[in-house]
Amino acid sequence: MKKIEAIIREERLEPVKQALEAGGYFAMTVTEVSGRGEQRGLTLPWRVGEYRVDLLPKLKLEIVVQDKEVDTIVKAIIDNARTGEIGDGKIFIIPVENAIRVRTNEDGDKAINKVTNNKEEAKTK
Amino acid sequence: MPINSGDTAWILVSAALVMLMTPGLALFYGGMVRRKNVLSTMMMSFAMLGLVGLLWVLYGYSLSFAPDMSGIIGGFDFMGLRNVGQEPSSVYATTVPHLAFMIYQAMFAIITVALFTGAVVDRIKFGALLAFSALWLTFIYTPVAHWVWGGGWLAKLGVLDFAGGVVVHINAGMSALALALLLGPRKGFVEKEPMEAHDIPMVMLGAGLLWFGWFGFNAGSAFTAGGLASSAFVATNTAGAAAAFTWMLLSWIYRRPTALGTVTGAVIGLAAVTPAAGFISPIMGIPIGIGAALVGYYAMLFRSKSRVDDSLDVMAAHGMGGIWGVLATGIFASVAVNAAGADGLIFGNGAQLLKQMAGVVAVGGFSFIGTLILGKLVDATIGLRVTRTEENLGLDISQHGERAYGGLGR
Repeated sequence: MKKIEAIIREERLEPVKQALEAGGYFAMTVTEVSGRGEQRGLTLPWRVGEYRVDLLPKLKLEIVVQDKEVDTIVKAIIDNARTGEIGDGKIFIIPVENAIRVRTNEDGDKAINKVTNNKEEAKTK
Repeated sequence: MPINSGDTAWILVSAALVMLMTPGLALFYGGMVRRKNVLSTMMMSFAMLGLVGLLWVLYGYSLSFAPDMSGIIGGFDFMGLRNVGQEPSSVYATTVPHLAFMIYQAMFAIITVALFTGAVVDRIKFGALLAFSALWLTFIYTPVAHWVWGGGWLAKLGVLDFAGGVVVHINAGMSALALALLLGPRKGFVEKEPMEAHDIPMVMLGAGLLWFGWFGFNAGSAFTAGGLASSAFVATNTAGAAAAFTWMLLSWIYRRPTALGTVTGAVIGLAAVTPAAGFISPIMGIPIGIGAALVGYYAMLFRSKSRVDDSLDVMAAHGMGGIWGVLATGIFASVAVNAAGADGLIFGNGAQLLKQMAGVVAVGGFSFIGTLILGKLVDATIGLRVTRTEENLGLDISQHGERAYGGLGR
C-alpha cells in the first residue's frame, strides 16, 4: 500500500481529478499549500511599487492505493498536471503501513477500494 | 435663530454618516495588515469610538468650541455639556440644536484619532495607544480644532478649512509620521519581509464605507440642508472619482490596474477635497482629485523606499492629500460659491494661498512636534512598544487575547 502525494498547480486540479475519476480513482484528499522550489517567487503590486511573494500557492493531493496501481495513477497525474513550465510540482510516493475505514472498521486493501466497486455495491443495496 | 428641521435632520444624519467612517476605517486598515494583527488594528479605530466619544462630551468639545481664550484654546463653559442644549448655539450652526452640532463634531474628533493609528499597527501596546490618544486629543486636537473652527487665531487669519483638511488630515498625517519615527519599524520591515495585505476585499468594503460617510463629513459641514451642502456633495464625489480613476491608471501604467491602488486613490482624493468642498465650484473637484492621486502616489512611492515605517501610509495618504487639498483651496476657492469663503489664486487672490500655507506649516509643525513630546512621555512611562515576542505572536493574541479567524470544523 502506497500514498501518492502530489504537489500540483492549482489550475491543474480539475483535469487531474477527472482523469483519475475516469480510471476509477475517486478518493483523494486535497489541501491548499504554500511552498517553493525552482519557480522561486513572484512579485505582486502593492498600493505603489510591489512586494515579493516567495511562497507560492499550490495544491497537495493525497491518494492511498494498492502498490500495483501506483504507476497508472502517477502517469494520470503527470499527463494532466504538466505544463512544461517551471513550477509544475512534484510527486512523492510513500509506503503506508495500513488503512482503516472508519465506518466499517475494514482494513488493508478493503479500506481503499476503487470507487467503481463501491458504486456497484451501492446499486445492489 | 429658530431651529430649522431640515437642517437638523441633515446634521443628525451627517453625524451618523461620519460615525460610520470609523468602522469603515477599521475595515480599510484591518484588511491591509497581516492576519495576526487584524483585530488589534480594527480595535485601534473602534476603541476611539469609546474613548474619544467620552472625552469629547466631558471636556473635548469645550476646549475646542467654548468661548475663546486668547485665540489659543476654548474655555470651560461647555464642560460636561453645560450650556449645550436643545437650543441652537448663537455662533455655530445656528439653525440646529447645539447638541446636534456638538455630536457632529464628536465624530470628527473620533475619526481623526483613529486615522493616525495606521502608522503604529503591528507593534504598539494597546494601553500606550489609549494613553497617547487621550493626551493627543487633549493637547493637539482640541487646540487645532479651536484655531481653525472655534474662532481661534487661524480662523481670524482667514485660513479656509471647510471640513477638516487641516484639523483632520494634516493633523493626523503629521502625527502619524512622528509616531512612526518614535516607534521604529516593524520587525522584518527593514529586511523587506513580505507583509501581504491579508484581505483586500475588506479594504475595499472599508473604502466604500469611507466614501459613503464622506458625504456627511463634507456636505454636512455646510450645516444647512441646501445649495451649499449639494455643492460640497458634488465636489466631494467628483474629487473621489477623479483620484480613484487617476490612481487606477497610474498602477496600470506601472503594471496592472490594482484594486488596492484604486481604493487608495479614492480615499486620498476624498481627503484632499475635504478642506475645499464648500468653497470651490464642484467641477474643480477634478483637478483636486487628479492632483491628490499624483501627490499621494509619489509620496507613497518615496516613503516605501525610505526606512520610515508609517505602516499604512497615513502621512502619504492623509497628510500629503490634506496638504495638497488645503493649498488647492487657496487656488480654486471662489466667493461666488460660498460668500463666507474667499477667492483663491485663479480668481486673482494669491494672498489666500499664502494664508493656506501658513495653516499647513503651523498645524503640521505643531502636531509633529507635539506628538513627539507626548509620544516620548508615554514611552518613558508606559512604554510604547510591545516586546519582540508579543510582536512575533501578533497583537491580536498578545494584546487582546483573541484571534480573528479561529476554529477548525463546525
